[in-house]
Amino acid sequence: MEGDWLHQPPEPVRRSARMRRVPGWLAGLGLMSPSLILVGVFIYGFIGWNVRVSFTSWQGLRPVYDFVWLDNYTALWNDARWRTDARNILVFTTVFVVGALALGFLMALLLEKGARGEAFYRGVFLFPMAISFIATAIVWRWLLDNGSGADTAGLNKLFADLGLGFLRSDWHKSDSSWAIAAVALPAGWALSGYVMALFLAGMRAIPNTFRESARIDGASEWQVLWYVMRPALRPVTFSAVLILIHISLKTFDLIYALDQGNLKIDTPSLYMWFTTFDGGFYDRGATIATVLLIGVALIIGPYIRYWLRTERR
Amino acid sequence: MWQGRIGVLALVFVAILAGIPMCAAGGGGGDNQLEVYSWWTGPGEEEGLAAMVQAFQDENAGVTFVNAAVSGGAGSNAKAILASRLLANDPPDSYQRHAGLELEDDVRSGKVQDLSALYDREGWREVLPEGLLDNLTIDGRIYAVPVNIHRANLMWYRPATLDELGLGGPPKTWAEFLDQAERIKQAGRTALAIGPQWTQKHLFETVLLGELGADRYEQLFAGSLRWSSPEVEAALATYQKVLSYSDLRSASGDWQPQIDRVVAGTAVYAVMGDWASSYLEGTKKQRWQQGYAAVASPGSDGVYSFLSDAFTLPTGARNPEMAEKWLVECGSTEGQNLFNPKKGSIPARVDADAKLYNGYLGWALGQWRNPRTRIVGSLAHGVVANNAYNAEIDSALGLFNQNSDLNGLAVTLDRTYEATR
Repeated sequence: MEGDWLHQPPEPVRRSARMRRVPGWLAGLGLMSPSLILVGVFIYGFIGWNVRVSFTSWQGLRPVYDFVWLDNYTALWNDARWRTDARNILVFTTVFVVGALALGFLMALLLEKGARGEAFYRGVFLFPMAISFIATAIVWRWLLDNGSGADTAGLNKLFADLGLGFLRSDWHKSDSSWAIAAVALPAGWALSGYVMALFLAGMRAIPNTFRESARIDGASEWQVLWYVMRPALRPVTFSAVLILIHISLKTFDLIYALDQGNLKIDTPSLYMWFTTFDGGFYDRGATIATVLLIGVALIIGPYIRYWLRTERR
Repeated sequence: MWQGRIGVLALVFVAILAGIPMCAAGGGGGDNQLEVYSWWTGPGEEEGLAAMVQAFQDENAGVTFVNAAVSGGAGSNAKAILASRLLANDPPDSYQRHAGLELEDDVRSGKVQDLSALYDREGWREVLPEGLLDNLTIDGRIYAVPVNIHRANLMWYRPATLDELGLGGPPKTWAEFLDQAERIKQAGRTALAIGPQWTQKHLFETVLLGELGADRYEQLFAGSLRWSSPEVEAALATYQKVLSYSDLRSASGDWQPQIDRVVAGTAVYAVMGDWASSYLEGTKKQRWQQGYAAVASPGSDGVYSFLSDAFTLPTGARNPEMAEKWLVECGSTEGQNLFNPKKGSIPARVDADAKLYNGYLGWALGQWRNPRTRIVGSLAHGVVANNAYNAEIDSALGLFNQNSDLNGLAVTLDRTYEATR
């Protein structure tokens, strides 16, 4: 059969005997090596290179590979724009993650309760995720316009037309140092459908008998939700939070297209782009990238550990 | 044994995959290809480029012109991709930059070739204004060929709005602007429309130019006048006052909606470069001096703050002879006359045919050619500050919008000038 498969020349016995001598680990390594090499070079190799650059004084189009210890990191610490960015990303992440989780959970719960036309709503809620962040940002740039008087537009105009003018907001252009929280609106709009899908799948995985028996024991719907559903949904919630946090830390295109260069909604990833490609500060850009990576790793690390532990169980 | 064989096959597959990009990069090319890199993808400029390419190909039969244009963000996306190609020593045969110190990093890193000899051979020093040549010169040499000229120090308005408000005419100084602004505010309109961050920097340089005058403006960016000197701090204070009469708190998302507010009459003035003219004529169907008008921004009459798109000869270009022919096309009267009327800019050469430029462009060309006109370079568009300094000014202005700390701004700018020179 083997000879048929590749129309092999004679001497099949000797060949296969030789092949059989290849130990299992070598075959495994051979199988894995392409992806190991690719991952090694294009992910870990470049991460290492990036970290190396963060210890240099490379500025401009001529690479410099000197060694300046932690100078770039201390400079970043004293950089007023960086401090604004760090605060912004914390505010944005908190509002976005909590908001998207709450909204996603609520939508999942409503669908779970058996709303009519569930498939339709599921599609509607998931659809924003299919739109690129750039397109989302262009649409929301108009929706979050804060012009007043004759220049009123977007959501504010909708509020005014509905007689809800008191809801008018300056959104991300507000004077408040919490202005970046408004960016959680488009971000949450794009991703709460995804959170809903996660929760819906999680809820469907809970055996109905759990809830039935709780109800027979006299539990109210709130108690069922709190004491039966909530613990069973913990792994899903955990995954959703981690996915949302790492998306949030990396958010770039949404803010880039929403209001370019407005420091009220500036984040580390935007500063990294502008300082590297507009200013040629490769040293500072690499430093920001490294700090961001550490931030993401601090969050993803426990996640991986958690999964390894559950797998082993 | 299956595993082993699949492993080998997978390795071969990866090797092939890895080889594809190399073939793609190495293939093609040859003597008859010219790759020109630009960010000319918008309406007008794309047609202008196409017209120049057509003329170039008519003269150089058999040349394949590769238009490596990258769209978006007034060149910011294109610049990022170009940086990666220059770092990899894989330059196009010619690439676009703004004339001036935007090219300084390329020059100091040895990425572009000296074009002084080409300037002498083509006699360009005689047909380009001296102020332009001064701003093109970096460390004593010239490295780029300007195709067009835009003007930055302009204030746009709708004549009808001025009549409605009983304003005699556009302000001649920033002090006069502030007087008018108070009256405009009381009439319930916005005195000055503003847009995204870069339009604020554009306003910033315009106020500095108007308040300091051309000489001290140039000294400031040449480093011989400090940001923390009393006269510059006074100009910064004026900038702050001007901002307070603008719609900064509800700024438009882009420069077109900024101009729209002037056309709609909700705002009275807008400071913007003269690309606004082709937008107003084309998209908004307005006529020069009827639906819209522009004057030199307050305090800068007789001064022409320019920016210019220019092309270079990179070190290591695959086809340097052909690239030089392209530069000759860019610097020729014919090339500039093919490009500029379509783009809505004026030719850099003073000997180009004036009849091709009407309306606003005719007025601008007259000013550009007037020997009494003082030419200075724009900050926001890369002429008087190198990329590093410019990017740091962005950060400083953004922070200033939040903390309103005038002295902090001046001190920061002094420090970043020293750090990025």
